[in-house]
Amino acid sequence: MAYFSQQLINAITLGAIYGLIAVGYTMVYGIIGMINFAHGEVFMIGAFISLIGFMICGLLGIGSAPVAILLVLLMAMAFSAVYGWAIERTAYRPLRGSFRLAPLISAIGVSIALQNYVQLVQGARPKPGGDVVSGGFNLFSADGFDVRVTWLQIIIVLVTVVLMMGFTWLIARTPLGRRQRACEQDMKMAALLGVNVDRTISLTFVLGAALAAVAGMLFLMYYGVIDFFIGFLAGIKAFTAAVLGGIGSLPGAMLGGLLIGLIEVFWAAYFSSEYKDVAAFAILVLVLIFRPSGLLGKPEIEKV
Amino acid sequence: MAEPPILAVKGVKTFYGAIQALHGVDLEVARGEIVALIGANGAGKSTLLMTICGNPRARAGAVQFDGEDITALPTHEIVRRGVAQVPEGRRIFPRMSVFENLQMGATLADPAHFSHDLERVFAMFPRLAERRDQRGGTLSGGEQQMLAISRALMSRPRLLLLDEPSLGLAPLIVRQIFEAIGRIAREEGVTIFLVEQNAYHALRLADRGYVLANGRVRLSGGGRELLANAEVRAAYLEGGHP
Repeated sequence: MAYFSQQLINAITLGAIYGLIAVGYTMVYGIIGMINFAHGEVFMIGAFISLIGFMICGLLGIGSAPVAILLVLLMAMAFSAVYGWAIERTAYRPLRGSFRLAPLISAIGVSIALQNYVQLVQGARPKPGGDVVSGGFNLFSADGFDVRVTWLQIIIVLVTVVLMMGFTWLIARTPLGRRQRACEQDMKMAALLGVNVDRTISLTFVLGAALAAVAGMLFLMYYGVIDFFIGFLAGIKAFTAAVLGGIGSLPGAMLGGLLIGLIEVFWAAYFSSEYKDVAAFAILVLVLIFRPSGLLGKPEIEKV
Repeated sequence: MAEPPILAVKGVKTFYGAIQALHGVDLEVARGEIVALIGANGAGKSTLLMTICGNPRARAGAVQFDGEDITALPTHEIVRRGVAQVPEGRRIFPRMSVFENLQMGATLADPAHFSHDLERVFAMFPRLAERRDQRGGTLSGGEQQMLAISRALMSRPRLLLLDEPSLGLAPLIVRQIFEAIGRIAREEGVTIFLVEQNAYHALRLADRGYVLANGRVRLSGGGRELLANAEVRAAYLEGGHP
């Protein structure tokens, strides 16, 4: 029981990070119907910007962890948003209206380019992030086992929940979110009502990138080490999460992230940690075969 | 100097890829008029309305709104100048409520008029007020048409483009919709350019009409005059209405 509880806590933490990345996949897919394979790289860049940010905070002598985290969070979101915007502007927008595979190939190109760019600039060796937040407390003890929650885990879950709630509110309640949903449902009609479709698409990339950057910062703090290649695996798992939840669905991405976190952690805990990635991807295959629209996906047929 | 027509289409040619849909269309709509464009399926009527809004873009010729050349402007800039369209197939946002669809219609409007304009369209179509929180995709065809017209009115357009508002609707609803269009023109002073296959209703309502065939204007004249024209009767009215 104690072992199970501990794994559950770990799984929720990991699921939160996947969920944040998955939102970016699902939003971009919802609006322009493409899988942005460079999204994992934006997450990786977010992690590197956070690393640099924490170093700057250290140099400036900002000792307070909450202040440092908030500053780095804003910095990572802002810089990654610029990356997200630039990727869409240079690699996808010129291809809009061309055949469906073109932006997908372009995305893979961007992904490879960004990986190599970071490898060149930052070096190929893994970078340690240092401890920003340490410590925690024992939740309870049972079977001679302490169930421990770290402050960091609480921060990760809290930041994720707050951002997801804010984001859901933004999409459901604000004019900006309404324009975003209108473009998603009928881009031509949205333009006829005066929506600047190009700007709305850019904004979707910017928002997705900002959330991925938060995930990058949390990843850096949680694992303490990053390299130029982390975007690949995390990206593909978050993509799995988005598909599992139902690509195009915002709550689906969050749910999918949580489930992938649970599957991965529990597989590693009870079976074998070498095959945890296989477990996550086996889920992707099963979902695609038996429920291609995902758990919360929109039905394909709509009464018109 | 005479005031320019609110809409002037001059020698417009539109292509879908290599296929030419419009072969040089010329027409004008004056301020305050109701003008109908009739023609068979595939004549290019919807293409013309969409070309006016810049999607697809005219490959040759010019579209002028209120004397200004709008041929090369992006769609959202064209509608900002005071054009609204009720497009073919209505294109209601299916996963938004009636209220949200109307909010989308007011994207370009001054937020200060929103509640006033909302009351106005609800007074015109009380059914929409009853369905306020229902999702657009679950409305009946007639309700969707009412919503599409109301959504277009929320931006307070000067020129309203309507694409086959009677398509697929029961005769009683068609009459209601045409009555509403007449009221919009008379009471609100909105200029109306209406595309219809239902030539009888459209020409009875319109001040003037054009007949489009194979991407060209074939005939033009007063609404009643066209309705009496033997060619029009043979091609578009026979077997339909008395």
